[in-house]
Amino acid sequence: MTSPLEQKKIKITGPSMVTANRTWDGAVVYRTGQKGWSTELRDAAIVRTSDDARALLAEGVADDVGAIGAYIAPVELKEGGKIGPGNLREQIRSEGVTIDISVPA
Amino acid sequence: MYAYDELDRTLINERVSEFRDQVKRRLSGELTEDEFKILRLQNGVYLQLHAYMFRVAIPYGTLSSKQMRRFAHVARRYDRDYGHFTTRQNIQFNWIKLSELPDALADLAEVGIHAMQTSGNNMRNVTSDQWAGVAPGEIEDPRIWSELIRQHTTLHPEFSFLPRKFKIAITASEHDRAAIKIHDIGLRLHKNADGETGFEVLVGGGLGRTPFIAKTIKPFVPGRDILSYIEAILRVYNQYGRRDNIYKARIKILVHELGIEKFSKEVDEEWRLMGDVGLTLDHTAIEEVRSRFSYPAYEKLPHMPDELKQAAHDPLFERWRKNSVFPHKVQGYSIVVLSLKPVGGPPGDASADQMDAIADLADRYSFGEIRVGHEQNLALPHVAKRDLPALFKTLDRLGLATPNVNLVTDIIACPGLDYCSLANARSIPIAQELTRRFANHDTASLIGRLHINISGCINACGHHHVGHIGILGVEKNGEEFYQITIGGRADENAQMGTLIGPAVPYAEVADVIEDIVEAYLALRDRPEELFVDAVKRLGVEPFKERVYATR
Repeated sequence: MTSPLEQKKIKITGPSMVTANRTWDGAVVYRTGQKGWSTELRDAAIVRTSDDARALLAEGVADDVGAIGAYIAPVELKEGGKIGPGNLREQIRSEGVTIDISVPA
Repeated sequence: MYAYDELDRTLINERVSEFRDQVKRRLSGELTEDEFKILRLQNGVYLQLHAYMFRVAIPYGTLSSKQMRRFAHVARRYDRDYGHFTTRQNIQFNWIKLSELPDALADLAEVGIHAMQTSGNNMRNVTSDQWAGVAPGEIEDPRIWSELIRQHTTLHPEFSFLPRKFKIAITASEHDRAAIKIHDIGLRLHKNADGETGFEVLVGGGLGRTPFIAKTIKPFVPGRDILSYIEAILRVYNQYGRRDNIYKARIKILVHELGIEKFSKEVDEEWRLMGDVGLTLDHTAIEEVRSRFSYPAYEKLPHMPDELKQAAHDPLFERWRKNSVFPHKVQGYSIVVLSLKPVGGPPGDASADQMDAIADLADRYSFGEIRVGHEQNLALPHVAKRDLPALFKTLDRLGLATPNVNLVTDIIACPGLDYCSLANARSIPIAQELTRRFANHDTASLIGRLHINISGCINACGHHHVGHIGILGVEKNGEEFYQITIGGRADENAQMGTLIGPAVPYAEVADVIEDIVEAYLALRDRPEELFVDAVKRLGVEPFKERVYATR
């Protein structure tokens, strides 16, 4: 879970996607194959080569008004083509905090 | 409480208008994120894993009930019904929308609250002892000086683009509750042989990836000269501090590389060259700020009121009183710490309902005042002893009377990987599991004072280096591991903890901490020997042996 903020070289070793935070509200979003953003991981465009990852990232970074902080993250491809987060960090971004956030009132 | 003057109010309101315009231009695309980032950071707005995070300053940890209610309002209206009190007397809201931030800021400005310089490479919120003005034996109220420094450094152009962030903490008590030795500048208020009030000035403390305990640069600087002396330090830092490498940019690195003697000479020379630049604080200037702090009209009350004698028969009340109620400088009054560390709860979090209820209790029992400490707990600073039984009943109902202050479950933890974009590992679930393991109060009392600090990455927001037990989350091949240190402390005898051995996986952390605590119980030479003192006497080996013998 090394912070993607420390991501310097782009070299992917498995299926990956581009993710960011939506500019107006900060929500987690995923770059789609239709040059847009979606809040659903299942809509993420999947890339398998470093060149494709670089291109998808460049496309996401260019949309500065739509989303910010774009980076490449691994995904897990499950049976039936279902997309899952590729590490704990992305699991937390996709599914929410791992703790019960309700505070006793 | 400190009452802002017209200048402060104008400054805060103008800042809101300015930020509203900046956000509007950002959302329209007129400003790029690169252009906007520094502006949002100067207003306490970070981008975290799930959303923007909004950090709001609580200068020197003093809050009015009105301000606390406004936090509750912000939590409800703009966030998800809760806020997180940090280790530097701030509150953070984790789910705030950029488009709504100007409105949140405007709502806070109405009660004199702002987020200026809560992030970015500038002078951060000046922190102080959360018991300032009420602690017995205090030299004088350190908040007067915190406020003078705040006024001088807020939006000061020379301090707005420093090589890196810069933090100052002030204490005026023998026992350091402000952790001054882990700050860029630590100030200890004391009197010299002539009875004059001034400061021991320490410099170059800090945690993060290169931790240092601050060193004394000058044993006594008269109070009237403190602004010019701080300015001299900052000028030397501004001139020589590294801007080419973010990891070497803090003043602690400069002090370490130059050595304290050379650094001190540079500061003295700068101070001499500065001459009289109009920063000498005359009596009137100090008294002007002092006069804007209001203090309660305390009643003359007995040391031991009947209400307290009667309540002493209630074991739950007595357990809480002995743990969470502390002496006050005025007879008949107490300082009451409100634990934000319930069993199984995220350390430092409070719900909007709790915030409102605390504000009501502050109005009823504490002259409308609340304090925020770096340990991520709150305090009611002026509670009449006769009111303690009634206060306890309400706090208990609200989940704010966990009698664990300074005990093993009073854990300081950063937000960790559940929220933070820099984190490598989770902090909060570790803290929650530990509070469950040590939930039995008798066990926790038997263990005694034991501070556990957890950070989810090397940036050390959970101050793990100075925890009696420090837990640092790291990543190994995509998995969460944790390094354990023991023997650290953040008080007047501050020191870094010592690593006991290889990092352990997430699932084993609570077991390891239990092993360490069991070893301590077996090894301490008497029940009064604190964990941290036992480690000092014994070294880490016996604990290391216990932890790794079977792993």
